[in-house]
Amino acid sequence: MSTNAAPPDRIPQDRPKADAFLHVKDLRVHFPTDDGVVKSVDGLSFSLERGQTLGIVGESGSGKSVTSLSIMGLHAEGTAEISGQVVLDGDSLVGASAEHVRQLRGKKMAMIFQDPLSAMHPYYTVGHQIIEAYRVHNNVSKQVARKHAIEMLDRVGIPQPTSRVDDYPHQFSGGMRQRAMIAMALSCDPELLIADEPTTALDVTVQAQILDLIRDLQQEFNSAVIIITHDLGVVAELADDILVMYAGRVVEYASAHEIFTAPQHPYTWGLLGSMPRLDRERAERLMPIKGTPPSLINVPSGCPFHPRCSYAHLTGGASETERPELVEITPRHNLACHLSTQDRQRIWEHDIKPKL
Amino acid sequence: MMQKRMMTVAAGAVLALGLSACSGGTTSTTPTAAGGTADAANAAVTKVLRPSTTKGGTLRFGMPGDWDSVDPGDTYYGLSWNFLRNYARTLTVFKSTAGAPVVVPDLAEALGVPSDNATTWTYKLRDGLKFEDGSPITSADVKYGVARQLDKDTFPNGPTYFNDFLKDVPKGYSVYKDKNLADLKSIETPDAKTIIFHLKSSFAGFDFFAQLPATAPVPVAKDTGAKYKEHVVSSGPYMFDTVSLGKKYTLKRNPNYDPKTDPESGRLALPDNISVELGLNAPDVDNRLIAGDLDVDINGSGVQAATQGKILADATLKTKTDNANSARTWFSVLNTDVPPLNNVDCRKAVLLAYDKTGYQRAYGGAIGGDIATSLMPPMVPGYKSFDLYEAKTKPTGDVTAAKAELAKCGQPNGFATNISYRAERPKEKATAESLQQSLAKIGVTLTIKPYPTGDYFKLYAGKPDFAKTNKLGIMVYGWGADWPDGFGFLSQIVDSRVIRPAGNTNLGIKIPAVDAQIDKALATTDITARNAIWGNIDQMVNENASVVLGVWTKGLFYRPDNLTNVFINPAFGQYDYAAIGTSKK
Amino acid sequence: MPTTVLTYIVRRLIGAVILLFIVSAVVFSIFFLIPRAAGASADDLASRYVGKSAGVEQIHQTAVKLGFTDPIYVQYGRFAKGIVVGQDYNYGPAVEHCPAPCLGYSFITQNPVLPDLLDRLPVTLSLAAGAAVLWLVGGVSIGVISALKRGSALDRASMSVALAGVSLPIFFTGLLTLSIFSYGLGWTAPGGANPMDATSPLDWAYRMILPWITLAFLFAAAYARLTRAGMLETMNEDYIRTARAKGLRERDVVVKHGLRAALTPILTIFGLDLGLLLGGAILTETTFSLPGLGQYAVQAINNNDLPKVLGVTLLGAVFIIMANLIVDLLYAVVDPRVRTK
Repeated sequence: MSTNAAPPDRIPQDRPKADAFLHVKDLRVHFPTDDGVVKSVDGLSFSLERGQTLGIVGESGSGKSVTSLSIMGLHAEGTAEISGQVVLDGDSLVGASAEHVRQLRGKKMAMIFQDPLSAMHPYYTVGHQIIEAYRVHNNVSKQVARKHAIEMLDRVGIPQPTSRVDDYPHQFSGGMRQRAMIAMALSCDPELLIADEPTTALDVTVQAQILDLIRDLQQEFNSAVIIITHDLGVVAELADDILVMYAGRVVEYASAHEIFTAPQHPYTWGLLGSMPRLDRERAERLMPIKGTPPSLINVPSGCPFHPRCSYAHLTGGASETERPELVEITPRHNLACHLSTQDRQRIWEHDIKPKL
Repeated sequence: MMQKRMMTVAAGAVLALGLSACSGGTTSTTPTAAGGTADAANAAVTKVLRPSTTKGGTLRFGMPGDWDSVDPGDTYYGLSWNFLRNYARTLTVFKSTAGAPVVVPDLAEALGVPSDNATTWTYKLRDGLKFEDGSPITSADVKYGVARQLDKDTFPNGPTYFNDFLKDVPKGYSVYKDKNLADLKSIETPDAKTIIFHLKSSFAGFDFFAQLPATAPVPVAKDTGAKYKEHVVSSGPYMFDTVSLGKKYTLKRNPNYDPKTDPESGRLALPDNISVELGLNAPDVDNRLIAGDLDVDINGSGVQAATQGKILADATLKTKTDNANSARTWFSVLNTDVPPLNNVDCRKAVLLAYDKTGYQRAYGGAIGGDIATSLMPPMVPGYKSFDLYEAKTKPTGDVTAAKAELAKCGQPNGFATNISYRAERPKEKATAESLQQSLAKIGVTLTIKPYPTGDYFKLYAGKPDFAKTNKLGIMVYGWGADWPDGFGFLSQIVDSRVIRPAGNTNLGIKIPAVDAQIDKALATTDITARNAIWGNIDQMVNENASVVLGVWTKGLFYRPDNLTNVFINPAFGQYDYAAIGTSKK
Repeated sequence: MPTTVLTYIVRRLIGAVILLFIVSAVVFSIFFLIPRAAGASADDLASRYVGKSAGVEQIHQTAVKLGFTDPIYVQYGRFAKGIVVGQDYNYGPAVEHCPAPCLGYSFITQNPVLPDLLDRLPVTLSLAAGAAVLWLVGGVSIGVISALKRGSALDRASMSVALAGVSLPIFFTGLLTLSIFSYGLGWTAPGGANPMDATSPLDWAYRMILPWITLAFLFAAAYARLTRAGMLETMNEDYIRTARAKGLRERDVVVKHGLRAALTPILTIFGLDLGLLLGGAILTETTFSLPGLGQYAVQAINNNDLPKVLGVTLLGAVFIIMANLIVDLLYAVVDPRVRTK
């Protein structure tokens, strides 16, 4: 067990791929407030291809929603300082005109939100809202748009779409409502779909249906999908890659398989350990991560996780002073941690894995 | 919409100069003492400002609120009696003059002829009198006018002089129940031009009754009772054009009015049209007068208090004002039912002690009125000059003399009593406070008691039982004559026989000698002698220390520049509405 | 129209009629009881309706004729009966039949009340309608702009002006605007300009523009603040974010999504304000000398003319009750979540 800092066998590499369909490099989103600058996203990089699903996982306040809003350009002008690169199909979005980004919204990239009841306008019918979404980007008559809306409702699995198209959001059950929102988001065949906590507000039984739906639609339209959640179980089903965020930064970024079979970051271990699982001994306690999420104004120095990390003492003080860089430790597995490879693997094998 | 002032004044001057060229042959007698054309304060008091006989234009009247009715049989407002001379002619009428008030024949060719000790009065109508539709006016029409308004159910608002004085009026008489006019035997019409009135008792001043609007002729066929006010049939120089009750009246020339049949009244009928706007916002009326958007405030009581301050502070505006007297006196009654005011010496103490200038200040100082030394103001024929309580020599009160009187009446240290006033009248409140202050100097303690104006006479001060029980020793009051003469002024307030259980106008003056003198005056046909009796009655009331005298009212009136032939008619205490004209087209 | 809505309306209308009778009974009682509580007898009350020099006999006759000697329920019953079947009044030469609904007969001016009310209603309507359009459009626009530019100089300025509008009494602003614009500059009509005398629609607007603006100023202020508050709330809602996420133009987001939701409470308040105003914009009508229902009410109260006061109060109550009903129905039209009954 070495107490050295950065072991020499780690080679920093430039992954994500620059020519991916969606390429985010070193995205920083800071909000100046009276209390100080809130660093919601502080150096985020990833890439995503069409037909692929990325899961972004983290606690509340980790910056995952801010990331998606930044990609969509939904921060009000003047409120956020955004730097870095976001390139969608060759189109650079950071620094582009608001009008340009607006034209892409709904058409090239779409988003569905956590609570479909509050996210849809209560005074307009579902059909009206879908038609509206469609007609923003397609110059067609109302009748044509209505036909399309009915088709979309049918496509997302809503029974009797011809009558339900004239119903109001509050007249749908939770699951149906979320389907309707998905129909609305996909009405213009967007190439990128961002789903921000799409199942959090739904019953467990309905969750699976929605996730299935998203997967089916992705296969059908070949869209790139980003799923944002705090629930690892959700992304276990769907994601090809998983990006774990903490305090606005990436701590681990790897394929879903790797994350679940060979996680390397103490925070990821904590997330996995705190998931309730049916196949575990009921007598054993959950392993919550001690401590609370950090303030994004006064982010802890060095590694932002160090106050809550059970293994920070093993880094020889580096976790308190030096910010760990995101490094590719094994092919397509990126990590930002000061622990030496030996320490990590030992702890994983002996302490964490048996308990999961 | 708005003419510049300079142009209006210039136009007025040009018109005045052009007057000399007009022969003015068809108009009635020229107004008294020409006041010239220069704007100056009080230029229209006792003289005529911008005398003119030029016809044309629309004269625009306006007022806040409304008056009771345009029906001559149902109205009791001074402004109404002033204004109705435009659409109604009566047997006699107050002349349109700036000099002393005088009654002249109107429909009648001469003043009334008395007989049977002034219990019978005969009038003969002139020739050529016509209604607005060309039908002739006969004595029967005049009789009908008087007869119909005897029905106080249908016409509750007007005065009751004919009800009170006509002989043998059947009980509950109404022309609407008894369609046979001949059944009213108190009034005879032996022929189409003669009308004879029979009275219960002597009344020497019947010409004053004959000028009441009640004697305006009304054609039976067109009488619609309470709805007649929707279109009063005119006997005067103007007739009603449009009537929106409560909102607006417009009048146009009556084509069947012949000025030749109207030589004495002083009516000039200068404007071609007249409009009267009702229900206006009071401060806005004054603003419109000053801006030239309105010609006359028909309310005829002067400008609002706020406007008064503004006008008097502005030298130019001040030249367009008239501070005019009217036949109204503000005074307070000493209640002899409330001890110790039943003792004349105690009353004299009060009258010697109170601050006369304080009373005047309560009414706005010199602008509001002159300190009164008698009930009747000087402009009323019969006025007698006397000063029984040192108003001229010791206007702030004579404490020593007052205390001497107190000793005489057995209250050397003073006494306590209550003083009542009408709650909504700030001037009366100020009066009560002033009296409270000045009488405190001789140990007389007054407790101030306000009562609602609407019911002051029906329920409170005007109800003797209430006044006595509640020890209302002093009751703040005021009185405006129905017409300026002794009877019109004094009869309703000092005659003990008009006192009734409630709704009084005489708040408690009971002097048998005065009652006797009143009867004598009613029977004296010689006008000078009669006036002298009224003057003596006034003095007797004051010798009896019955009233605390306040002020003889003055109002501050504003006249816009376009008014021609404008003057205060002392019979009404307002601008004369039947002789006035406008230079605006 | 679906039967449930129809039954709802019918139920509300019946309730409205009952409420109106209750209102009339209350007003009637007030005018009946208060002078009696002060110790006035029937004759004392009747003495208000006679001239200055009426005798005791005449006063008592008047008291009997006007029904003051009857107990209150008889007097009220007579009035209520008149509403339902009409009544006859003697005006001298003949008897006038006041047809149902006979809202009473004024003994002071000797005419039935309802024709007066109908005659004055158009003036009040002119005033209310014009001012309403102005304050709704003006107030809402300023509120929206203030909300969108919160904290800016424009926002602070407009809210200060709004505060002034709400605080300054109309009898002050009215006289002031008349002095400046009508008498000083001659741009607008003077006080007392009856809109019903207008010779053309343009003339009508000319006569009313100053009272409209002055009255609207008072309300626009309140509506600007309400709209601003409403907009600030709605623009924070999730569905606004969704609308933007769909790629809608910002203008459409603000108006179709934000304002649409924020307007609902404002529309309900608008309906109620309008209902109240139709009963008589008392201060505005008095200040501008407009012969509408408000001025009528003031004059009637000053003259102690009970039948007129009753009539105008009832008419005002009708408008308020109707406004309430319409607002409730409108709410269901506007907000579909309310409809599920």
